[in-house]
Amino acid sequence: MRLLVPRGRFLERTVEGLHAGLEMALDAENSAAAGGLLQPLDARVKVVGLFSLILAAALAKRLWVIAAIFALACALAALSHVSFRVLAARVWIGALAFTGAIAVPSLFLTPGDALCHVPGLRWTITAQGFATASYLLLRVETAATLAVLLVFTTRWMQVLKALRIFHVPLVLVAVLGMASRYILLLLESAHEMFESRKSRAVGALAGAARRRVAVASAGVLLGRTLELSGDVYLAMQARGFRGEVHLLDDFTMKRLDWVALAGFAALATAGVWAGR
Amino acid sequence: MMLFETARLTYRYDRLTALEDLSLAIAEGSRVALVGANGSGKSTLLRILDGLYFAQAGTVRFRGEELTEARFADDAFAFSFRRQVGLVFQNPDVQLFNPTVFDEVAFGPLQLDWSKSEVRERVGAALDRFGIAHLRDRVPHRLSGGEKKRVALASVLVLDPAVLLLDEPTAALDPRSQSQVIDLLVEWGGGAKSVITATHNLADIEDIADRCLVLDGGRVVADGPPAEILRDRDLLERTNLVHAHRHKHRSGELHSHPHVH
Repeated sequence: MRLLVPRGRFLERTVEGLHAGLEMALDAENSAAAGGLLQPLDARVKVVGLFSLILAAALAKRLWVIAAIFALACALAALSHVSFRVLAARVWIGALAFTGAIAVPSLFLTPGDALCHVPGLRWTITAQGFATASYLLLRVETAATLAVLLVFTTRWMQVLKALRIFHVPLVLVAVLGMASRYILLLLESAHEMFESRKSRAVGALAGAARRRVAVASAGVLLGRTLELSGDVYLAMQARGFRGEVHLLDDFTMKRLDWVALAGFAALATAGVWAGR
Repeated sequence: MMLFETARLTYRYDRLTALEDLSLAIAEGSRVALVGANGSGKSTLLRILDGLYFAQAGTVRFRGEELTEARFADDAFAFSFRRQVGLVFQNPDVQLFNPTVFDEVAFGPLQLDWSKSEVRERVGAALDRFGIAHLRDRVPHRLSGGEKKRVALASVLVLDPAVLLLDEPTAALDPRSQSQVIDLLVEWGGGAKSVITATHNLADIEDIADRCLVLDGGRVVADGPPAEILRDRDLLERTNLVHAHRHKHRSGELHSHPHVH
């Protein structure tokens, strides 16, 4: 449930943001366990299939091919019950803002044929600049959507195990595994810290006070979560963890997996061929 | 041969000395309580006995074999040791890092390469035994404190270790959960296992131990049967294990004196 928080209530908004972050982490696991097109597939098929589509999007030199792969990613999301609202809030807007900051200057700085002028400014958007920015934005949105689809339709431990099967180094997989746990601990610790701060605060904080709270909390939080994540690692070691990922469910290729693998291979090959 | 032997063990966190010149021996099959106030070095000692920390000076031996970082680099030794010795951490949150309770309890057996069928069977039995079968698909860090503690205990006891190290097993639990945890520990292994429990809850030690070591400032300052230790009020006051506080007796008299609850 979303809390209604008045503007300017720094602590309340921070607590709400952290709560949303925790919910997001849990949503990914819940969504991976739910039914849908991609969920029942073998994790290895999803890793290979979705990454081959990312590769096809990265190699494509035609905008319509990248757009088609993006449309395919959206269709896969819809059929796997991953909502567009979630994708928009957690992937598309963020990727657009981040990549947009890099892509926008290229609209004006890339030499070429004038497409239009920015009213009030003497800046000219060139056709070549527009194409460069469009390629970059669409490639990033497509790659991010496909990568997030993997996470939203596959349990995280299965993703890690699949990476090990493809000989991704043990150190990298162990770091990925620890990183996800560290992020969860960081969110939980921050949530508790800001809730405790909120329980002792009355009224809205002034700008300077907000900044002081944020800076002081960041330092304490870092120390606390580093200690906690160190303890988590010790607890894993104490139960025999040596970096390798072991799961109860064995990966077994069923008929559906072979069909899906062939489908991914055909689509990725078609994408590379059409986009060359 | 002793289960654990430490000789002149010293461990420091930067400038803070947690253990100093600590020598002790723990026999096979014994139930030992490590008691001491906060910061007396109990948790550090448990982590050293579990081969997670390595002392800056002194030695620690497990069944005659010295525990060193180099020894734990050997997979065969590490697996054998982890199969025999289990540690339950004080804060269950650090021990619960899997997406479901079932995965959490299955984590240890899978790391130790048990067969899949054995893992399923033993994990199911552990969930039943600890009364947490109904939580098997829940996210561990969303459970109550008592439930988390039971999951943390199940995740270690499923390995059926010959040696169990417990760090404050009843800390921050409500009275009912405390009593359930103590009952589980008393029943576990039928007295054939070795159990080393760090606690500052003096009310539990006669139930869970037949030997009591009192730690203060990183040293063992007393060693004896729990009843004998509990009778030594000077020792308990000196080591901050009891304090005087105002309380009412049944007669209605209100006064203060050091005592054990």
